[in-house]
Amino acid sequence: MRIVRARQISQVFFFLLFLWFCVVASVGEAWWQLRGWPVNWLLQLDPLVALGTILTTRTLYAGLLWALVTVVLTILFGRFFCSWVCPFGTLHHLVGYLGTRGKTLAEKAARNQYHGAQSVKYVLLIFLLGAAVGELLARLTHPLGLSPGQSRPSWVLLILALLVLLFLSLRKLSAQKLRTAHWMVVGVAVSILLACLLSGNSLVGASLQTGLLDPIPLIHRSVNLVILPLVDGATHKLAISQRFTLGAWLIGAVFLAAVLLNLRAPRFYCRFVCPLGALFGVLSRYALWRVGKNQSECSQCARCEGACEGACEPSANIRISECVLCMKCLDVCHEDLIGYRTTPSESGEVVSPDLSRRGFVISLLSGVAAVPVARLGGALGTHWSPMLIRPPGALTEEDFLKRCIKCGQCMRICPTNIDFRVGTSGCQYNCIACGHVCPTAAIRPITVDEKQGKNAFASAGPIRVGAAFVDRGRCLPWAMDKPCIVCQENCPVSPKAIFTREHFSPVRAGPFMVTSVQGVTVTFQGGDLRPGALATGDYVCHSITQEEQGHWKILENTERVLVLSPDPAQQRLPEPGDNLEIQIRLKQPHVDIGRCIGCGICEHECPVSGQRAIRVTAENESRSKEHTLLLS
Amino acid sequence: MIPSSKAQSATRREFLIRSAKAWASVAAAGGLSLWLYDSQAPRLSQEKARLVTLPDFSIPSKGGQISIVTGEDRVKTVQHALKILGGMEAFIRPGDRVLLKVNAAFATPPILSATANPELVGEVARLCFKVGASSVTVTDNPINDPVSCFTLTGLAQAAHSAGAQVVTPKKSYFKPTTLRGGTLIKNWPLLYTPFEDVDKLIGIAPVKDHHRSGASMTMKNWYGLLGGRRNLFHQDIHNIIKELAMMVSPTLVILDGTWTMMTNGPTGGSLSDLKQTNTMIVSTDQVAADAFGATLLKKTLLDLPYIGKAQAEEVGQSDYESLKPLRDHVG
Repeated sequence: MRIVRARQISQVFFFLLFLWFCVVASVGEAWWQLRGWPVNWLLQLDPLVALGTILTTRTLYAGLLWALVTVVLTILFGRFFCSWVCPFGTLHHLVGYLGTRGKTLAEKAARNQYHGAQSVKYVLLIFLLGAAVGELLARLTHPLGLSPGQSRPSWVLLILALLVLLFLSLRKLSAQKLRTAHWMVVGVAVSILLACLLSGNSLVGASLQTGLLDPIPLIHRSVNLVILPLVDGATHKLAISQRFTLGAWLIGAVFLAAVLLNLRAPRFYCRFVCPLGALFGVLSRYALWRVGKNQSECSQCARCEGACEGACEPSANIRISECVLCMKCLDVCHEDLIGYRTTPSESGEVVSPDLSRRGFVISLLSGVAAVPVARLGGALGTHWSPMLIRPPGALTEEDFLKRCIKCGQCMRICPTNIDFRVGTSGCQYNCIACGHVCPTAAIRPITVDEKQGKNAFASAGPIRVGAAFVDRGRCLPWAMDKPCIVCQENCPVSPKAIFTREHFSPVRAGPFMVTSVQGVTVTFQGGDLRPGALATGDYVCHSITQEEQGHWKILENTERVLVLSPDPAQQRLPEPGDNLEIQIRLKQPHVDIGRCIGCGICEHECPVSGQRAIRVTAENESRSKEHTLLLS
Repeated sequence: MIPSSKAQSATRREFLIRSAKAWASVAAAGGLSLWLYDSQAPRLSQEKARLVTLPDFSIPSKGGQISIVTGEDRVKTVQHALKILGGMEAFIRPGDRVLLKVNAAFATPPILSATANPELVGEVARLCFKVGASSVTVTDNPINDPVSCFTLTGLAQAAHSAGAQVVTPKKSYFKPTTLRGGTLIKNWPLLYTPFEDVDKLIGIAPVKDHHRSGASMTMKNWYGLLGGRRNLFHQDIHNIIKELAMMVSPTLVILDGTWTMMTNGPTGGSLSDLKQTNTMIVSTDQVAADAFGATLLKKTLLDLPYIGKAQAEEVGQSDYESLKPLRDHVG
């Protein structure tokens, strides 16, 4: 079998496997639903997920150990993942192939020329890792005595900054012309960084943003939150109602752009953007086997260049870090000069990524500095958004941001398509699916007992994701004198977190003067009531004249006649001459903040269907001490 | 300079062809505009689907019957309660297609009794098949996520293992209905598709406290047939339950008072909300069943105005003793 055929089989296998995992990530008991399928496997194989979380948390969470397999294989064999496993790569491969069909060899070779901008992906990788590594750097500099509370003489900062600048300039400065602007940038960046980082600035932190561009999380969220809902919207095999995602358009736009860019250059994303590919490029530095020519001279037919997926210049100085091991050059070389071998290419190799030391430093420092800059908005502090409701089991926001790779698995698995405003219900009281599917434990895998605060967790109490607030200006019993209490009924907590207080509210018509009373039938003067309008079981009347008599329930009415309920507890009935006030008996909802878990079921069920009359915000969420409203 | 005649004729021909195309385009644009021209502003578009009506599933010759069997074991009590009414064969004939409207409102485990008990539903399905039912379907339009509800309550598994099928509601299953003589159910979406090609209907509900209406039993169970923004009806809860009872004429209702949810209804959520009352009620009269169920909740008919309202509409008899209940105990 030709090696490219083997590669194609591998690509098809992993692509179908990926789609299969997306399909089976549905809560249910059928064999094709989530019941032990390793739906996170591809995410776990992704070493960028592993590396990112190691940098932010200094631990390697459970299944992410799988990434070691990928790392070892890449160190030994090169970027095999890109052309043999990566489902996003496979998609690009296919679309790139379609885009170059019918083109001449020269045109293809031109599109596959190495481009200097391919180093952008290294810049992105270093930048994203820089954002992740800030806290670790701060921790490593801790022994220098520069953290808050420790003595930190300002001259230490100065000397340190100078030392770094000196180191950076030592070798290159004499050989190259001094590019003042360039060095100023470095100098300023270093100074800013040192000033804010090493002084123990509280804004310095770790933010895991690799998932924005990491192809494995990217394709997971694109397929799970955009493609599947679109396809399943027609078939309803996976979900019985249309699934929605806020911001799906942006995910879809990024995905579409990444795919369409293959028409400009095959594997555009892999070559120019992919930070995972960049990481593989670095890791393949010492690959034992690599693609290369077994003699430097060849006919320069450019067939290999026309076929090349990685734009790695196989006919000349092959760039090992760009080679995605598509093996096409081996296949198309008429002279059979190219092989996958242990010896370097006879026509020369470029083993290192095309990224200068300066480029590296600037990307890294920018990444480190980006986090405190972004956090100047205060979103992690006093300006936190109460609209941001994280799932039950989510870590504190700061720790959450150290782990969330934005793969969207939690949103995919959520049986109620939660978003509180567009889901099929609130957070289901007995459901803990999201934490168990999260590949990085940004949402902890909790038990139902822990979620509900039962048994071993009774003293800790239930996990609260927020709290419900009644909007008394919109609530039917509060604002419109209409009975409702749907929110209370649907509250899943026992005893309910929503309780009601009885309130008698006079109706607009009345009071009326009683003219005659026969048994339980009361006739009054004036009045133009709609017959039967008071027969809902919620109306009562009481005598303004005989205050002490309390309320009589109304069974029936006509324009000016009321039939009262024969209540044995009631001693007397109204008398002629009494002034009767008709009231509606309301139960007005109140939230018991000590019991509300913020599940949002009340909000979902509220009949005020636009802006709900009871709404959940993240106030009082139990993951954050700062957001609590409780004293104990 | 005189242009050559050949060039001129070519130009003329080209011009004529070009002008023919131009005028054809003008005609097409004009024709299309006139064809689509509409001098009126559009009407407010509102769906006008064909109204559906639920058939009457009751067996008139049976009249009002009720059996009340005490005992802990739901399977035994329901078997016996049916047996003393003449057996399931008295209600289901061979070949009948049976629909079980269960209460699957919440995604809670069966032990909390917020939903119809799966053992009971499974047993009823088995009894239907035993007397020759050709199909048994279990359905509800729950409040929580439907799939989670049927899964967590154990109802899906119980139905499947008895050979019954479960229909979870999809949007297309709802058809508008209007209740003759009703004021609330007007052009309102009803979970209708499961009723197509069905011969018999059995309602199965637990006895539960209900904050708004006082109690949720067999009549309130029909709420789960409504679609749309049905929560609006909570403004007039007793009349909507009355209208539901008027709208649905079941073959049988089965009211499960083995465990009664005394407080915190209709969701419950804790075993402390439940009380063991060990009673199974099977009746052809939903009003009578609910009137008896009220006693398990220690409520009177004054607490539950919808029962009186349903009786006034001649849906059934709230004085269940007048139906001469068949009582027994299985231990």
